[in-house]
Amino acid sequence: MCRLCALTSTEPLSPMKAIEALDVMREGHDGSGVGLFLSDLGGPWEELEGAPILSGTFTNEGLKRLDSFMMEIGFMTKYKLSIKTPKTAPPGVPKRDVYLIRAYELPEEWDHLPGDEIRNRLMQVRLQLRQMGEEKQDMIVFSFWPDCIMIKEIGDPMTVAEYLRLDRKELHARIILAQGRQNTNYAINLYACHPFFLQGIATMTNGENTAFVPIREFLSSRGFPGYMGYQSDSEVFTHIMHYMRHFLGLDVAYYKHIITPLQDEVLEKHSNGTFLKHLKRSCRRLIIDGPNCVIGCHPDKRVFMVQDRKKLRPGVVGGRPGLYAFSSELCGLDAMVPDRDKSKDIQPMHLDTVIVGPDRQEVRLCSQMDT
Amino acid sequence: MLADGYISPSSLSLRDLPWQVHWSLDKCTLCGRCTTVCPVHAIELGVFRKRTVDTPLGVSQAPSNVFKVFYGIRQKTDPAYACIGCGMCSMVCPNDAIMAYRSEELDKLRFHINRGGQPRRRGGRRNVPGGILDRIKFIRISMLTDPALDAGRHEFELRTLLGRVLPPEENLRLLKENGWIPPVREIYPLIIGGMSFGALSPTMWEGLQMGVAYLNEELGMPVRMCTGEGGCPPRLLRSRFLKYVILQIASGYFGWDEIIHAIPEMKEDPCAIEIKYGQGAKPGDGGLLMWYKVNKLIAAIRGVPPGVSLPSPPTHQTKYSIEEAVAKMIQSMSMAWGFRVPVYPKISGTSTALAVLNNLTRNPYAAGLAIDGEDGGTGAAYNVSMNHMGHPIASNIRDGYLTLARLGKQNELPLFAGGGIGKNGNLAANAAALIMLGASGVQTGKYIMQATAGCLGSESDRCNVCNIGVCPKGITSQDPRLYRRLDPEKVAERLVDVFVAFDKELKKIVAPLGRSTSLPIGMSDALGIDDAAAAQRLHIAYVV
Repeated sequence: MCRLCALTSTEPLSPMKAIEALDVMREGHDGSGVGLFLSDLGGPWEELEGAPILSGTFTNEGLKRLDSFMMEIGFMTKYKLSIKTPKTAPPGVPKRDVYLIRAYELPEEWDHLPGDEIRNRLMQVRLQLRQMGEEKQDMIVFSFWPDCIMIKEIGDPMTVAEYLRLDRKELHARIILAQGRQNTNYAINLYACHPFFLQGIATMTNGENTAFVPIREFLSSRGFPGYMGYQSDSEVFTHIMHYMRHFLGLDVAYYKHIITPLQDEVLEKHSNGTFLKHLKRSCRRLIIDGPNCVIGCHPDKRVFMVQDRKKLRPGVVGGRPGLYAFSSELCGLDAMVPDRDKSKDIQPMHLDTVIVGPDRQEVRLCSQMDT
Repeated sequence: MLADGYISPSSLSLRDLPWQVHWSLDKCTLCGRCTTVCPVHAIELGVFRKRTVDTPLGVSQAPSNVFKVFYGIRQKTDPAYACIGCGMCSMVCPNDAIMAYRSEELDKLRFHINRGGQPRRRGGRRNVPGGILDRIKFIRISMLTDPALDAGRHEFELRTLLGRVLPPEENLRLLKENGWIPPVREIYPLIIGGMSFGALSPTMWEGLQMGVAYLNEELGMPVRMCTGEGGCPPRLLRSRFLKYVILQIASGYFGWDEIIHAIPEMKEDPCAIEIKYGQGAKPGDGGLLMWYKVNKLIAAIRGVPPGVSLPSPPTHQTKYSIEEAVAKMIQSMSMAWGFRVPVYPKISGTSTALAVLNNLTRNPYAAGLAIDGEDGGTGAAYNVSMNHMGHPIASNIRDGYLTLARLGKQNELPLFAGGGIGKNGNLAANAAALIMLGASGVQTGKYIMQATAGCLGSESDRCNVCNIGVCPKGITSQDPRLYRRLDPEKVAERLVDVFVAFDKELKKIVAPLGRSTSLPIGMSDALGIDDAAAAQRLHIAYVV
C-alpha cells in the first residue's frame, strides 16, 4: 500500500517537508517510486503568470529534440531549472541525464485564443512530447501547465530527494503532494508513479482500484485525447475528476457521488436524490471499488481527500490555520505539522470529502448526505 | 417380439431404444401406478407365459411341463411409444420395482422418429453437456494489496440498469431542462427469461409470479420476469404486480389484443417491453405452441380458436428490414406507454448480431439488446433447429460489448445474455462470467424450471415432451390432471430459494475480486480460461 502526504500552506514550503513525512511512513512503500506535485509555487516561479511549466526527465538527445520541437511551435524559454545529477546514482535509482523544469512564453499566435483552447493546446503539446519520448525513449513528460511542477523518480523517497537535492529554494511551493509508491500489479515505470496530472488536476492514491478496466474503457472511449496512459489503475482518479469538472461542470463535493455513489434506498430519501440518481446511473461505469484513499489538488488550489465506499484505507487531515496537512498515517501528519491541535484531526469516513481551500483557514468536511 | 409378429422396417428391439425400463418381478405388486403415470404410454400391463418342469416324486410319473401365466410390466417398442426416460414410473412406484436406464449404445430410434414425413419436434434443450461458460475462471483474486471483501458482511450493490442510459453530459443537461430522459429500470441482474403463459402451465406461471412478487416486496430484490410470447392474464395486466413483468411481443402478436385493451386500466407500467425477433433454442424460427396445449383458457388469452397449433412466423410479417423493424416497433411500443417504459429487442445469437447492435446504437429509443445463445431451451421446436442452429452466447456478448466500448456506448445500451446459463447447475458462475464479459444481466429459463418445479430434462435427451402437453411434472402442461401436481406455493418458495442462493453465490464470486459497489460489468481482467484460442477470441487471459 502506498503512502501519501500533502501540504497546503500560506507560506511556500520545501518539498522536503513532505519527503520527511514519507520517510517516517517508510514501512508502507517499497522504493518503486516517488512522485511530487508542486503548485501555488513560490520563489522565481511566482512572477511567471500564466507561463506553462514543463516538467520531465530527458536524455541529452531528448533535450535537443525538445528544444527544436518547442522552437518550431513558437514556445520561448522564460525561466528554467535543470537538475543535473551526480555521476553515480544511488542503488535502485536509474541514471538520467537531466530533470527539466522549464517555463515557456506562449506562442504569439495564441494570444487571442480563448482560455479553453489554450488549455487544450497545452495538453496536446504534452501528449505529443510524451509520444515522441515513447518512440525514442529519450523523454518522459509529467506536466505542462502554469504554476505546476512535477518530479517523479524510481527509488526510495529520501534517497531520491537527497540525490536530486530537492531542498533547493526554487522548489518551494504552497501546495505539495507527495507519494511513496508500493508497486502492486503494474510495471515499475515512471508514468505509473503518482501523482497523476491532467489540465491542472492532480491526484494520488493508495490502494488498488479493482474496477479499473471498465473505468478505463469508459474514459478511453470519451474521445478526449487526455484520457490515455493508464500505466497505473490510479490514473483514472485524476481523469474522473477532470471529466466531472470539464464535461459535467460539477464541483469537488460531487466527486464522491460519482466514484462511490450512495445506495438507492438512501437516494430515495436524499434531498438532492433525483439529481444524484441520474448522476449515479449515467456515471455508473466510473464507480470505483477501491480500497482507496485519494488526495488531490484542484486547479483552484483546493486540496481534498476522499475514501472508498468501505473506507479500507487510512487517511487523516490536520493542521492549523495557514498550514494543513493530509497524510496516510498519523505519524506522517506529526512529521509535517507537529505543533497542531491533535484533537481537531479529521479521519474522513466513507461518506466524507475533506477540502482545504486556498485561504487555508479551515478544514471543510462535506458528507454525501448533505450535497 | 411375438413369434407371429410382423417385422417392419421400423420394428425395434428394446435394445434399440434410448431408454430401457427395468422392472423387477420380485418387488412389483402390480399396483399399476407406473403405467398410469407414464406420459408417453411406454409401458403397459404385460401378460407373460412361464413354463416350469414339474418332476413328481417317485418314478411312477414322468416329469411334465407346467404352463403358468404371470403379470408384469411390458415396455413398448413402437417408436411412437418409446420411453423418454423421465423416470416418473420409479417416482410413483411404492416398492422401487421399476426404473428407466439409458442404453449404453446409440439408439436406433432416431432413424424412425419421423413418421408421416414429420421431422422430430420436441421441447427442452440441445442436449450438449459442457460449454465454455463453465470453463471460465475468475482469476483476479484480491490479496494483500487490495484485500478481498467479506461476502457475508459487506454491503453489496449488485443491481443493473435496463434502459437506455444517456451519456452523463446529456443526462444532466436534460434533467436541468426538463427534457425527455429515456426510462431506466434498476433491476436484479438475473432475469427470468421469456416463458409464455401457454408454454408453461397456469400453476407454474402463478408460482413464478408469486415468487417474483415476494422477492420484490418482502426481500427488496428487484427481480423481473418476462412473459414470453403469449400475452398476460387479464388480472395481472390490471394489477400492481405488472411492474415486475417484462411483456414480450413476438412475431405472432399473441395476447397483444388483450394487452393493448388493458392499457387504459393499468395501475402500473410494465417493467419493460421485449420485442422478440429470435430465440436461442430455435434461431431463425418463430415460436411454437402445439395444438395439444391450446386449451380454452390459452386460446382466450391469445385470441385464437382452441385446439390449433400456433406457430409464429420466423419474422415479424409487418416489417421488411431491420431499420424499419427496430425503429417502428420500438417507437410504437414506446409511444403506447407514453415513453415511460423501456423497449428493447431480443435476438438469437448470430454472427450478424453486431449489425443489429450498431443499428440500435443509432436509435435513441432502443433500451438495450438481449441476445439469446444456442444453448437456450424451448417449449417446442424442430429437433434440427435445436441441435444444429445458433450461435454461442459468450463470443456474441463479448463482441457486442467491445463494439459498444469502441463506440463509447458501453454505458448506454445494456446487453442481456441468455442461452445455457446454469445449464449444468452453475448459475451464478455462468452469470458472473457473462457479466464480466460485458453483459449487464442474464436471462435464464431452463434452470428456473428445474430448480423451482423439478423439470426432469437433462443434457442427455431425457423427457423433452414439453411440446405435447404431457409434462409429467405439470410444468408445461395445460391438462389440469397434470398441472394440479404442481403446487404454485411451492414453486414460489423454490424461486425465492433460488434467487437468495444465487445472490449469495454471486457475492462469493465478486467479493474475492474486490468488487461490491457496483456490478462488475466488463471486468474482463478478472477472467481466465485454459484454452488459448478461446482466450484470444474472448479477449481474456489464457491461464494454465
